[in-house]
Amino acid sequence: MVPHAQFFYAGLAALAFTVGAAMCSQASEPIKIGMASSLSGDLAPYGLPPLKAVQLVVKEINDKGGIQGRPVELLVEDDACKPEMATNSATKLVAAGVTAVIGHICSGPTKAALPIYQAAKIVVISPSATSSLLNQDGEYPFFFRTIAADNVQARAQVDFTLQTLKVGKIAVLHDKGDYGKGLAEFAKSLIERSGQAQVVLFEGITPGAVDYSSVIQKIKHLGAEAVLFGGYHPEASKLVSQMRQKRLAIPFVSDDGVKNDTFIKVAGKDAEGVYASGPAEVADNPMAKAYREKFKQTEGTDPGAFFDNGVAAALALTNAIAKAGTTDPEAMARILRTSEVATPFGFIKFDAKGEPVGIGVTLYQATNGQFVQVR
Amino acid sequence: MEYFFALLFSGLTKGAIYALIALGYTMVYGIIGLINFAHGEMYMIGAFTALIVSSVLSIYGLPLPAILLLAGLAAAIWTGAYGYTVERLAYRPLRDASRLAPLISAIGMSIFLQNYVLLAQTPDFVSFPRLVPEFAFLEPYSAIITSSGLMILVVSTLVMATLTLVIKFTRTGKAMRATAQDRKMALLVGINVDRIISLTFVTGSALAAIGGLLIASHNGQINFAIGFIAGIKAFTAAVLGGIGSIPGAVLGSYVLGLTEAFATGYVSSDYEDVFAFSLLVLILIFRPAGLLGKAAAEKV
Repeated sequence: MVPHAQFFYAGLAALAFTVGAAMCSQASEPIKIGMASSLSGDLAPYGLPPLKAVQLVVKEINDKGGIQGRPVELLVEDDACKPEMATNSATKLVAAGVTAVIGHICSGPTKAALPIYQAAKIVVISPSATSSLLNQDGEYPFFFRTIAADNVQARAQVDFTLQTLKVGKIAVLHDKGDYGKGLAEFAKSLIERSGQAQVVLFEGITPGAVDYSSVIQKIKHLGAEAVLFGGYHPEASKLVSQMRQKRLAIPFVSDDGVKNDTFIKVAGKDAEGVYASGPAEVADNPMAKAYREKFKQTEGTDPGAFFDNGVAAALALTNAIAKAGTTDPEAMARILRTSEVATPFGFIKFDAKGEPVGIGVTLYQATNGQFVQVR
Repeated sequence: MEYFFALLFSGLTKGAIYALIALGYTMVYGIIGLINFAHGEMYMIGAFTALIVSSVLSIYGLPLPAILLLAGLAAAIWTGAYGYTVERLAYRPLRDASRLAPLISAIGMSIFLQNYVLLAQTPDFVSFPRLVPEFAFLEPYSAIITSSGLMILVVSTLVMATLTLVIKFTRTGKAMRATAQDRKMALLVGINVDRIISLTFVTGSALAAIGGLLIASHNGQINFAIGFIAGIKAFTAAVLGGIGSIPGAVLGSYVLGLTEAFATGYVSSDYEDVFAFSLLVLILIFRPAGLLGKAAAEKV
């Protein structure tokens, strides 16, 4: 046993040396931030702009010398907007020892990943997951988002449909997903509570189906005067095109899963006149302008959906780390809730359930190949 | 009553869409007994080829019917070549392996082709031009049937009739049937079995490509993943009708399409798949070989 003991002491000494070295280098050790986004698959157009936004903010901070001398390191994971992949991404990020995570993009994956982050006490800020069911009872104290939740969005849609379009019979459709169905259920209950209109149809359609003509015949048969759709653009463009082909010209009102350029490109002339709600237009905000300009310089195109939300999430998070002076989740969460931070949406902070205070929703209409804010 | 007819036509359109894809499935299964899970991807590749060819042709300002015809031809040939290659690479080396091996190979091929198109083209949906011209005589009925829907109905019926005739009355058809019955015996009487099987794959893939062109032009959008759901539904239809039987595939497709349309129309689209698959289970309980399938006795 004696020779072994020597080895043991030698090992102990080496260990002590490593620990000492680690403690010394703590000041310049990078702050690891995870970014879980949808970078492949159908819904990649929603995941790429926020990633670019976060990368821009991180680069800016590192160019200025990091947060309290510590550089920020971004670890990117792709969840393809699929819950089963999101749990993988979350586990990987937690294992890599991230301080906080920006993401996920879609509501379903966010819902699947939250328990994993919660167990590891990691602050999560989503730039785009809008499902109201995500943190309904405040069960995730470290979850925040820089986008208005679905109930806020549904209210904007319903108010617009009832007061501006003034229709009496509404068909509410959804894509059976967490996001689309949640939104549609809110809209339905809001319409019913208002007593001003009637929901004549409330149904889920199968995403990816080859043809939606039977549900369109049903909408027509029931005499609906407007369609409210909760879901994403691939189904919306197919629905709208087939409605117009079947000479059904009633208004189509949808959500921020539809308000993007891909929808207009794919649906072409059938997209004209479609209404979609989305984050309030911030083009006049100087900060938003500056970031969009920076994006344009490096990428050569306009940033896509959720870019501003991505910038806001990155700014809120890095601000919280800087002000808290530590990567302790409790301290970061306290700062996020109490101190306002300048973002492309103006000054925002978060309420007890992590909902943003200061980010609103407006309606847009597709006009001449672009979504234009409805005045 | 008008509502009933509207649903009927929407069911028929859906059925015809499934039939266009199911025909290729059933043909390959009938002759070599392989469920070609990469068939949905042939449909997707056909649609992409048609999109590329038709975009090029429309730059030259050709009239719509000419574009439709040429794009269909190009898609059929190009996708046929894909079918040939897939068979050569993924199925032929496994011909004498156990039944499960080519099945797994087919699933692998399907995943490979999807990701290949994702990387080579785009992960996003792209707009597909409406290549089927608007028929003037359909205008009064445009609320219940579109010209692309009618076109799909007519083409799927024509394809079914031609395939049945070819398999019944031509020398190649006879060779195909012989290969289906007993591969070794067919070889002994001088049939080039490898060539017949290749031909089956090329034909099946070409059919899928024509389906891809017509269905994409009906829907107006495609991406790399469209083959998956369409393939699963067409496969279900082929099983429902009796896999291996050509008229069975068409009948099964119409039964599936109509069930989905009426389930949506009179119950709820939430339950469209529930009805469709309950029907499948019911039919398979009473007719295990499908509607028109022959229960083949296993030869010892």
